Amino acid sequence: MPELLTIQTPETILFWFLAPLAVLAAIGMLLVKKAVHSALLLAWVMVTLAVFYIAQGALFLGIVQVVVYTGAVMMLFLFILMLVGVDSSDSLTETITGLRPIAITAAVGFGGLMVSLLGRATLGREPIGLEIANSSGNAQGLAELLFSKYVWPFEVVSALLITAAVGAMVLAHHQRTNPRPTQREQAVNRFRTGSLAGAAGLPGPGVFARHNAVDVPALLPDGTPAPSSISATLKARGDVIDSGQFQLDNVDTTVVEEK
Amino acid sequence: MSLNNYLYLSALLFTIGAVGVVVRRNAIVVFMCVELMLNAANLTLVTFSRINGTLDGQVIAFFTMVVAACEVVVGLAIIVTIYRSRRSASIDDASLLKR
Repeated sequence: MPELLTIQTPETILFWFLAPLAVLAAIGMLLVKKAVHSALLLAWVMVTLAVFYIAQGALFLGIVQVVVYTGAVMMLFLFILMLVGVDSSDSLTETITGLRPIAITAAVGFGGLMVSLLGRATLGREPIGLEIANSSGNAQGLAELLFSKYVWPFEVVSALLITAAVGAMVLAHHQRTNPRPTQREQAVNRFRTGSLAGAAGLPGPGVFARHNAVDVPALLPDGTPAPSSISATLKARGDVIDSGQFQLDNVDTTVVEEK
Repeated sequence: MSLNNYLYLSALLFTIGAVGVVVRRNAIVVFMCVELMLNAANLTLVTFSRINGTLDGQVIAFFTMVVAACEVVVGLAIIVTIYRSRRSASIDDASLLKR
């Protein structure tokens, strides 16, 4: 009969310190507007879970959680966020009327069901703890199981990984349906289509002599800002500075003499 | 503290993830909520592994992680493909089968 588990005070303190933070971050994930902020909050939840794994004697899984989830998977998420566009911030208005109250009601019912199920599953069962199972090391114990009892699932999972890699390559492969326009065709198009205004290229950003960063639109001869001089991405992100403040009339041009 | 607290935490995280899948409209955020649900399930497996005193739960959590990694790779590739043809990552815009 193995000895029953007692949970030490440090673990209790760790739990009550980190668990509320994890729940807050998870709720924040639903409430924040920008997808990048959601990704960062999710990374925090995953780090918290890694700490819980290590506290629960699953050392190997804790490290794998950090390396695979917060490392690789969140990296992939951020990469796709950059690819799909930083301007893809979600509008939080509901498109289906009454979806949100229904979802929250269903979630409360579902959560209650899960809590009661988990309570039922652990009812009258004293926790044993992993001291005996981990006696020759956590990674060693896992490896022993993985290469004896679970060797067939392990091999199947390798096939799954290869299939996923090939699938991602097939999905991401993009075949051109029309030939790439040559430089000559591009030049011809610039002159033959539309007005001649853009034929010499778009105006560069910046108000010269006062501010030449890429986030300030250039000023046209009549003093109005030229919207075509600014990258569309900066505009979508709202990072464009009003060029009016750099106009000669609004700037203090008095020269201070240096001694 | 009882070990059940870990289980209740994972139930809570799973429920929050499920709400996110239903409520949010951005496909990438929906996908991240699915990841949150998978992580919550892993916490349950690890906790039950400790309650039962065997490492089987941890092995299954390990397999879950591998499957989740595959799912992320294929899912994000699908999102990028949809984005390429529709210029939008909102799940409301991918409604061609409805019409």
